[in-house]
Amino acid sequence: MSKEFFYAKTHEWVQFLDDTKARIGISDYAQSELGDLVFISLPEVDDEVNVGEEFADVESVKAVSNVYSPVTGTVTAVNEDLLDQPELVNSDPMEAWFIEVENISDKAELLSELEYKKLIAE
Amino acid sequence: MKLIFERGNKNRGCDLVAECDVPLVSVPAAYERKKELNLPQVSETEISRHYTELAGQTFGVNNGFYPLGSCTMKYNPKINDELAKLSEFSDIHPLQGEDTVQGSLYIMRQAEKYLCEITGMDNMDFQPAAGAHGEFTGLKLICAYHQDRNDSKRDKIIVPDSAHGTNPASASMAGFSVINIPSTPDGLVDVEALRSVVGEDTAGFMLTNPNTVGLFEEDILEITSIVHQAGGLNYYDGANLNAIMGVARPGDMGFDVVHLNLHKTFSTPHGGGGPGSGPVGCKKILSRYLPSCKITEKEGILRFADKDEKSIGRVKAFYGNFLVVVRALSYMMSLGADGLKDASQNAVLNANYMMDKLKDVFEIPFGNGRCMHEFVISLDKIKKEKSVTALDFAKALLDYGMHPPTMYFPLIVSEALMVEPTETESKENLDEAIRIYREVYDNACKNPDGFHDYPLTTPIGRPDEVSAARNPILRYNFSD
Repeated sequence: MSKEFFYAKTHEWVQFLDDTKARIGISDYAQSELGDLVFISLPEVDDEVNVGEEFADVESVKAVSNVYSPVTGTVTAVNEDLLDQPELVNSDPMEAWFIEVENISDKAELLSELEYKKLIAE
Repeated sequence: MKLIFERGNKNRGCDLVAECDVPLVSVPAAYERKKELNLPQVSETEISRHYTELAGQTFGVNNGFYPLGSCTMKYNPKINDELAKLSEFSDIHPLQGEDTVQGSLYIMRQAEKYLCEITGMDNMDFQPAAGAHGEFTGLKLICAYHQDRNDSKRDKIIVPDSAHGTNPASASMAGFSVINIPSTPDGLVDVEALRSVVGEDTAGFMLTNPNTVGLFEEDILEITSIVHQAGGLNYYDGANLNAIMGVARPGDMGFDVVHLNLHKTFSTPHGGGGPGSGPVGCKKILSRYLPSCKITEKEGILRFADKDEKSIGRVKAFYGNFLVVVRALSYMMSLGADGLKDASQNAVLNANYMMDKLKDVFEIPFGNGRCMHEFVISLDKIKKEKSVTALDFAKALLDYGMHPPTMYFPLIVSEALMVEPTETESKENLDEAIRIYREVYDNACKNPDGFHDYPLTTPIGRPDEVSAARNPILRYNFSD
């Protein structure tokens, strides 16, 4: 498994497990801006996700925000632990993946870790 | 403070409830309770003290300044309550014969007439219980309209990214999918973005005008016409009507359906359960889909017409929160047409006055120094530099005996505070609020560390909202 993370401008991360398979979560910056999460809704296995379209939402005591998919593909796994323990995203956002997607046919313009750090520093 | 279950003692009671004056019958043994009911056992003194203490823990517009943006927390004139208390309104039954409640039918018809005049709509329906319920009902009208025309592929509602959160939520509840469009750097609807998403699947577009950053959408006629040309309908969220009464009308801007918040704009109680009232108004093309039966007059007698076969059906029992409509009509008739216009103009003036006196210190990202009835501050700079957030700032205001502005809304402004002073505050009150806002800002720059502990003087300081949301305790845990 590649350890490298790529980022969408909308603050999701992607970790490619191989050429057509990836894990998706939200960045450390995203979780710290949202604050303590109290609820997460996730898609179901076999759902289709599309580049730039929302596939989940996260709720903090401040607001509800959409999570957008950085890739187009089919959901093959969802991290159900997050449903009962949304705080996992706050404590370790890079471990707390939301979904696994296979058959990836398209992806958004993704940033490297360095480029993403520049973006959020702006 | 103690809960009512923690007061009093076993077998204590009071004689507030009269003795039973009808024969007692027993419940069949199978249905008999095995355990005593956990009812409070308190004397009248204890009840009275309990509720007085409880009342002391609340804060309302009768306590002080309450500039909660987007909520229009104006003063509620007491004459509204006096009229709603009249037994002819309060002691009637919804199934009573129409002949015996002619006054109440007249109230509903007059309120409909005036609200239609204010909004430029053709009909108004009082069933929805509050704003979001009105949105849901209005969207159901849009749905019924398209279905009636066999235009079944219209399943998308477009909302700007600055919209009230209830707009996309209501659209989703009503069975639509939601398309978000970005705002321009000036905080207005991006007309080109709207143009690029409308099409054969557009059911409608939702907008509040003035919008949530307190600006009037200057391109409103073009916006509504783009939606109409694509075959969609325009929905007006009436949350911000307080800025434009008697000056501009949603109906003239190209909106087909509106909801109002009588508890905001028309001075009826609000917060703490209200109850609210979120009437839906519409143009003729949608009138037949409204939930309620229309009131008609024949030989001087008012009656409900038969149910229209195209009606979407009831969204609430009977006539909605009728006594709220009585209060709203009382407000409209007390002020009159000129008074309502004055109210809106003063609401806009008060907001501009406050903003103008704050803008040298606070960042106000939109409007170039002008706003409608509310304005939005961004505390992004002080968050970055001093780690004082909008939440910290709002909590600090509590120690000055005033309610904070709306926080973290709209979502397009980071560390947002949304201030809506309303027309019912005097210049002295505004000056005092301005002084306090500036003082708190100054403190935040000088002593940022203390800010995470405020408020220090309120009955409750910082409730643990995260635990409350993650592990809510929804009932009192009786020890037995």
